[in-house]
Parts: sequence; structure tokens; C-alpha cells
Amino acid sequence: MGKNRRKHRTVILESRPSAIDGLFRDITVEMKDNGYGEEDIFAVHLAVEEAFINAVRHGNRMDPQKSTRIEYSVDSRKISVSLTDEGEGFDPEAVPDPRNGENLLKTSGRGLLLISSYMDEVRFNDCGNRVEMTKYKAAV
Amino acid sequence: MESKEPKISVEHLEGAVVVTILGERLLEDADIRSVQESMMGILQQAPRSKLVIDFKNIRFLSSAVLGLLIRVSKKVSEQGGGLRLCGINPKILEIFRITRLDKIFDIRPDVKSAVDNGGQAG
Repeated sequence: MGKNRRKHRTVILESRPSAIDGLFRDITVEMKDNGYGEEDIFAVHLAVEEAFINAVRHGNRMDPQKSTRIEYSVDSRKISVSLTDEGEGFDPEAVPDPRNGENLLKTSGRGLLLISSYMDEVRFNDCGNRVEMTKYKAAV
Repeated sequence: MESKEPKISVEHLEGAVVVTILGERLLEDADIRSVQESMMGILQQAPRSKLVIDFKNIRFLSSAVLGLLIRVSKKVSEQGGGLRLCGINPKILEIFRITRLDKIFDIRPDVKSAVDNGGQAG
């Protein structure tokens, strides 16, 4: 059930994977306040973590001078999260499917697959340095 | 920044080396590297090890950890040893299924079943 507590927030995070921890705690609280179940919380946590790691490692190349802007909004119907890094961007269509052939034994390249598997909508800007993801609350 | 807390525990059980990841997730590159170095060190000291990795504490898993597992798996394979994963909760197991890595790794429910048959390779 949950009350409809719409929340919109923007944070700027440094280029360090664990910088996302505080934001996860806040998102988890806000999703629970809006009646999201553990499956949805897990899905959003995974997708945001993968997107943030991509932004830090590939977008910002671990440059401590660069940051990632994260905007999110949560209400009783959906949660939307966008991440924008300061890199040059990339073409998500050019990323090979990690499930196919020899890609299966590669040690990287699975982040986008996991993001698209766990979120309901995923969009990149033309440049590729911003991703917007949406998860609709699952019926309980 | 790497945490100074131990990342894994190691025990020897029925001819297998059981490595338990201690935290509920590995996020920082330094922590992932630390765990990888520890596991590679185990394999260095005992080639052809029957290695079991216990995920019972893991609640969140990123694709970077999947990369770690593949690197360890390749090393084990080069040395003619064996690798099994165990204690993976259903949510984490779904990640292995989505990425089709459940076809690559030998995944068992728990340590007991993972070390069974003397923890034989394969």
C-alpha cells in the first residue's frame, strides 16, 4: 500500500563507487515510504549501482576532478533516476551482448544488460553520458 | 578507499578450500582487487585446488564481482583445479541467470553440497 510521498532530489557524487551508499539508504527509505516491495528496491539498487559504476569508471574514468549528477523522483507509482557524468559519452548500441559466444567469458560488459533487465524503461541521451531509468511499482 | 576489515575467511573442508566472502557486498575496486588477490594467492600456493566460494553473506552483487569470478575461474581452469559457488540467495542467483553465467559456474545450494564428493573438480 504506502502513502503517496512524492520526493524529488538531486545529488552530486564524487568519482568513487562507494559514494553511492548514502543515496541508496535514502532511496530505500523513500521507496519503502511509498509502498515498494523488496524486489523493486533490490532492482533499483542494482541498476543504479551499475549505472553509477559505469559513470565513475567509464564516463569519468575515475577522475577525482569529475563528478556524477544524480536526479531522482519517487512516488507511489514509479521511481525515475537519471545519472549524468562528465565524460564524452558512448554509443550504448555498440556494446556487445555479453551473453553471446565468447563474450560470456569476458570479465566486463554486463552493466547495461543488468540495467535494462531490472528497470522498466532505460533511455540514453544522444551523447551517451546521461541515462534515465524508470521502475514502476510492482503490484503486490 | 579500501576498508581495512578482512574481506574473506578461508577454511579447509574435506579436501576443498572454502572461501567465504564476509561483507554483504563488494563495491570499491580496491576491495574487489583485495578479494581477487587473496583467491589468486590461494591458487598460487595450492595449484589444482578444489575451490568453493560461499556467498551466504552477499546481499548485493555487481557486475564487477562477476568479472572477478570469471578471472578466478580462468585461473582455476588453467591449473586443472575446480571451482564451485554456493550459498547464493535467489535474488543474486537471478543475476547469474540473466547474464547466463549460471551455465558457466557450478552453483550448489550450500557448502556441504559444494564440497561433496571430496569437492572434486568439474
